[in-house]
Amino acid sequence: MRRAFSDWTERHLPASPDCFFLTGDLGYNAFETLQQSLGGRFLNAGVSEQNMISMAAGMASFGFKVLCYSIAPFAVFRPLEQLRLDAGIHDQNVKLVGNGGGYGYGIMGATHHALEDLAVTSCLPNFHTYIPCCNEEVHLSCDRMMSTQGPTYLRLGSFSAKGKLEPATTFSAVQRRRTGRALTLVVLGPLLGNAWEALQGSGIDADLFSVSQLPLTEADLEELRASLGVTGKLLVLEEHVARGGLGEHLAYLLARTGSLPKLFRHRHALGYPSGTYGSQKFHQRECGLDPAALVATLRGLE
Amino acid sequence: MTALQHEIRDSDIARLEGRRASLREKLLNLYKRASAGHIGSSLSCLEILMLCHSVFRGEHDRVILSKGHAAGALYCVLDELGVLGRPLSDFYAEGTLLSAHPPCKTRLPRVPFGTGSLGHGLSLGVGMALAQRHLKHEAWTVVVVSEGDLNEGSTWEALLSAAQLKLNRLITIVDANGLQGLGSSKDILDLEPLRAKVDSFGHESFETAEGNSYAALAKELRRILASPGEKPKTLIARTTKGAGVDYMENQFQWHYLPMSDEQFASAVEQVRKT
Repeated sequence: MRRAFSDWTERHLPASPDCFFLTGDLGYNAFETLQQSLGGRFLNAGVSEQNMISMAAGMASFGFKVLCYSIAPFAVFRPLEQLRLDAGIHDQNVKLVGNGGGYGYGIMGATHHALEDLAVTSCLPNFHTYIPCCNEEVHLSCDRMMSTQGPTYLRLGSFSAKGKLEPATTFSAVQRRRTGRALTLVVLGPLLGNAWEALQGSGIDADLFSVSQLPLTEADLEELRASLGVTGKLLVLEEHVARGGLGEHLAYLLARTGSLPKLFRHRHALGYPSGTYGSQKFHQRECGLDPAALVATLRGLE
Repeated sequence: MTALQHEIRDSDIARLEGRRASLREKLLNLYKRASAGHIGSSLSCLEILMLCHSVFRGEHDRVILSKGHAAGALYCVLDELGVLGRPLSDFYAEGTLLSAHPPCKTRLPRVPFGTGSLGHGLSLGVGMALAQRHLKHEAWTVVVVSEGDLNEGSTWEALLSAAQLKLNRLITIVDANGLQGLGSSKDILDLEPLRAKVDSFGHESFETAEGNSYAALAKELRRILASPGEKPKTLIARTTKGAGVDYMENQFQWHYLPMSDEQFASAVEQVRKT
């Protein structure tokens, strides 16, 4: 999605004089063209995420929208207090962008993974978090991010829908991807790719939804609640730890609206069960989030 | 605002000197009414804040109190200048904007950001100075930091960043009273030689040994305003924590303590003579 994101920046930011782009010294082979076209509105803040975020908030207080790019763990965790206070409580137009959410940076190891980022950003004051589901929908999340007043976090991952599923043409926090009656499957962001692959040719009659925004509102869940009324079974998938992720958030909203299904299952990041490292697919397998494991999980729930 | 409008006249300094005692007494009254601490910290930077808010008052000028625990001093200064917009008796009240640290979300005039957690102010100032330059405002951004602020790595990130970006209209003023949370900075996290450090970070440095003197501060600010260089400016103001009250001076405990009735009476008597 990084390429899709940089393409979007090249299309939109040069003609938006109220926008700045800051990077925490990351983005090799992605933002060189943007840097040239933005001139002084492109700044490499160096490896100093705390300074970058507060600086962005200071600039935003003069009416600018300031995008701050890094990889997801560095973007969220190092400057957490700056995000909470200077961007969040002050409701400034700081647009945080983290590449490689979840296990996206694979063999780079735990320092480069972001498994708890959404728990953090989804409870920060005034923050909206966007998690595009596929490369082809990145621009929709970007547009939404920029039209949202206040601080936002864009979590980029990787999944190309090309030749697989039809990308959405308008932004929707919750998007139905296919219909079914046996169970309701809700997937966060680009893990949609694994769920889609698992369902292909499986004969599993799942009602499939993807989620690309946190927190959700009750109004976002209308179709989902109707689906649960039919299936009575819910499986939530996310490349994020259980605590503070989509599963807990959804369970809370459904409980509050009296819509909890009879059966609730949750597959999520488990950290590092074997204590070893590998590719993103390796970590997904360790957590039962790979397509083969999902098929088994889904069959057990039918 | 033009450079001329940022001029500091001798008559202005004389006027501020003439109001020093009443401003300090106002501060003591504020803290006594609230039975609150941070008195020493506020007396340390009262003159810095009064001078800065008197000089840098243009529409686009920004003065940020990074050491937000000295909010009492800030509120008294804004009240003295007639811009606070609410009574000082609101300090510490339930439902107040005059909290122990400056409130967030630009709800007080001349308080662009709420502060209180150290290490944020200078980075905010870097962003503001950058925005001002981009907008071609002939304005200044001033950030008042403490030694505690300088314990935070983010402040040093900001110092580096300000120099890298050549933010020559950004002024960092260090309220250097030599004390921090639990004692002497020298014993806790020694910052000296501070001026050499600041210089080596690419700032144009200034220093006064009389950081509670309007005249001495004004002298350095005049030099700063007249400096044509590309570097950001840092003024190290050697101040006295609890300035003007003998039992508070250079005592770190007056970061925390409220005054008893006897202490208050003594403090008022003393500051009336300053």
